[in-house]
Amino acid sequence: MAESEVLRAPHVIEYTYTRSTGPVIGAFLTGLRDGRILGATTPSGQVVVPPTEYDPITSEEVGDLVEVGQSGVVTTWSWAATPLKDQPLERPFAWALVRLDGADTAMLHVVDAGGPDAMETGMRVTARWRPRAERVGHMRDIECFVAEGTP
Amino acid sequence: MSAEADTAAHDEGPVTMLATPIRIDYEYTAGLAQSRYLKGIAEGRFLGQRCPTCGKVYVPPRGSCPTDGVPTTDEVVLGNRGIVTTYCVVNVPFQGQSIEIPYICAQILLDGANIAFMGLIQEIPTDEIRMGMRVEAVWVDEKDLGPTMESVKYFRPSGEPDAAYETFSEYL
Repeated sequence: MAESEVLRAPHVIEYTYTRSTGPVIGAFLTGLRDGRILGATTPSGQVVVPPTEYDPITSEEVGDLVEVGQSGVVTTWSWAATPLKDQPLERPFAWALVRLDGADTAMLHVVDAGGPDAMETGMRVTARWRPRAERVGHMRDIECFVAEGTP
Repeated sequence: MSAEADTAAHDEGPVTMLATPIRIDYEYTAGLAQSRYLKGIAEGRFLGQRCPTCGKVYVPPRGSCPTDGVPTTDEVVLGNRGIVTTYCVVNVPFQGQSIEIPYICAQILLDGANIAFMGLIQEIPTDEIRMGMRVEAVWVDEKDLGPTMESVKYFRPSGEPDAAYETFSEYL
């Protein structure tokens, strides 16, 4: 039988998980819905964003959640030239770690920069939110980050 | 849900749950042996392949004998009937279930085959299924036949006397 006679067909595997957030991630997501970005204060004196339930260094329980800035610094990034289905943006974008003002850790998100030449480690970016009515308490309530000063 | 209601739902209280769907889109390639098998299915018949070394007939064929490690090039047309070697009555509902419960899922040893495969048993009360029962394949209408296992609707009792345990015990 010729190679061309081999049958092919789409084969989709899909799991529709719903998971409980726990109190800390739940508060973080609730904050996103309200247009605020929250971090956790840790016993070792850091502000962790997104917040964890435990201090990543000492494993102690974290303290109060605090609001951090909506702008920050790109600490590292990678250009996604051909976005895949269901990725945050349909046009080419940068995956980036963004350390927000007032935070000690960087958060993974995307930067809508137009092209890789517009990306630079250390550049300042600011959150672009979805309209309030579209926000559901999800990381994608922040549509993307854009270079600070972008209208 | 309207946009207004959706917005209202968001304001109900703190977020406690998060939907995290996972979806993987594969392009499945059946391979040479299984493609032959599925084309046989599209013609309303079961095709197996025989091992030239041990003589066993495998269905669905995988193109080689797992015992002897040689290609199974010899194609065999199998019968439309076989034996229920073992079975399970499914009473538990689960997401994505397409068959009304209770139903019977059985291992079926086709006449001429040396390995059983899984099949749905219908047209019999679930408490009457038994090991050794003779069954026959019920196919979809000829115009609906295609290279998919959906071409086989199910198996049903053929009305023949049960097979003796010794005739299928080595396939359990």
